[in-house]
Amino acid sequence: MLAASGFLQRSLVTPLADATAALGEWSLFAARTLSGVLRCSYRWRELLWVSVEVGVASVGVIAITGMFIGMVLAVQAYGQFHTIGMDTSLGAIIHMSLVRELGPVLAAVMLAGRVGSAMAAQMATMRVTEQLDALACLGVDPVKYLAAPRVLACLILLPLLTVLADLMGLVGSTLICLKVYNIDSYHYWRHTQDFVKDWDLLTGLAKGVVFGGVLSLIACHRGFNSRPGAEGVGRAATEAFVLSFVAILVLDFFLALFINTLHSLLWPPFNPHMA
Amino acid sequence: MSETPLIEFRGAGVRFDRQQVLMGIDLAIHANETLCVIGESGCGKTVLLKLIVGLLQPTEGEVLFEGTSLKTLTEQTLTRMRLRVGFLFQQAALFDSLNVFDNVAFGPRAKGGVSESEIANRVRDRLRDVGLPPTAESKMPAELSGGMRKRVGLARALALDPDVMLYDEPTTGLDPIMTDVINELILQTRQKRPVTSVVVTHEMRTVHKCADRVVMLYPRSRLDPGEQQILYDGPQAGLATAADSRVRQFVEGEARERLIEMKEE
Repeated sequence: MLAASGFLQRSLVTPLADATAALGEWSLFAARTLSGVLRCSYRWRELLWVSVEVGVASVGVIAITGMFIGMVLAVQAYGQFHTIGMDTSLGAIIHMSLVRELGPVLAAVMLAGRVGSAMAAQMATMRVTEQLDALACLGVDPVKYLAAPRVLACLILLPLLTVLADLMGLVGSTLICLKVYNIDSYHYWRHTQDFVKDWDLLTGLAKGVVFGGVLSLIACHRGFNSRPGAEGVGRAATEAFVLSFVAILVLDFFLALFINTLHSLLWPPFNPHMA
Repeated sequence: MSETPLIEFRGAGVRFDRQQVLMGIDLAIHANETLCVIGESGCGKTVLLKLIVGLLQPTEGEVLFEGTSLKTLTEQTLTRMRLRVGFLFQQAALFDSLNVFDNVAFGPRAKGGVSESEIANRVRDRLRDVGLPPTAESKMPAELSGGMRKRVGLARALALDPDVMLYDEPTTGLDPIMTDVINELILQTRQKRPVTSVVVTHEMRTVHKCADRVVMLYPRSRLDPGEQQILYDGPQAGLATAADSRVRQFVEGEARERLIEMKEE
């Protein structure tokens, strides 16, 4: 009995308590950082430099990712749609998937890998070399000075990168559908227009904002709380990506539920029995 | 020397997870004195320095600055206190993305209320004080030698005209001549302005040259039960004849019994 309760304590209770404490600590860090964003507690030059790193330097990889995802979706789905004679609806399905889900998620994951890890490593290196302590000693809050511009840059730029991913996905899928599979272009675009609405685009962008904020907060938090030494720096970079990736997927699920519920509340589906 | 301590530790202790680094530290540091803190690696000297500026919080006891406990300070008040303290870190902790000029100018710019031309004058004065030429201003930290990094770090710490200077092993990793350069700069800083200095060091030459008073810390893990962590607190002249043999052993730099202990461990 004692052994069982000890096992339960070690395998469930303690990890759960640790995870809850870690989430609470991260939330306090996030609140402090967001307060820095709202109060503009950073240099504009730092924000500009980070924005170039996050945005401009990610354009290529996001464009390539978006394009190939669109192309792969077209290749994989064409067979099934062609069998049931719904080739012209392929565009609507692919474009809706891109705009609602794949665009924001893939852009966020690419950013987490490319930028998030780098942010975490940079913050961790600054921690290990006592630069964060030096900032504090010079009267500057390192969280607001360093993390705030990075979070703000991701909040602004991930939605823009999402648009790029969507656009390139559209280009890629259209290329395959129209030029390779010779789908009728008029009906291809007509169905896209009928099914892909402003709501889909806006909710995709809203996801981009949420993902951008979360991944940058996770990356900065891992960096600020890294363990000492080179191993600590490496671990911070890895943890930043893994935690961001999991958070993006979990958030995507709950955001999808929320968005669908909100849509049903705002535009209830027509019920003929109620008419 | 005034009676009321500028900085005071009252039963201060710091624990990291399961390791108690400092415990029961009672120490008073008076205005305008130069205190050297010596001790073996890992005994908590750097932790002691960081407690003074609130970079670490004591897990037991308290640390007071001008009679006020740091635990009671708001973020704003703590920031104002920190602007009165210059800190020279062990590896200088220069900001990698800024050149020498911007590193030294960082503090005055962040504090505000000073024009850019005044900041430029102050930066040049501080760099001259530490023996660096104007040509060093545009260099990045990665281009500097260890001694130059330390001097830029010192210039940055002095740029806000602090009342207190904290030095964390300022001569570690430097050659003997550069070590003496840093020692001289510590002395000159004290001579040019009324400043309280706390110097954490292994170097007995630094102690002999700079110290008004010396405190020796001992690693907590090797103390007998009930023993205090501060083995010596007095003038540097008394070090060589200190009652505790561990103090004399450290001062003389003799491995002796310590080597036997390490082998047994």
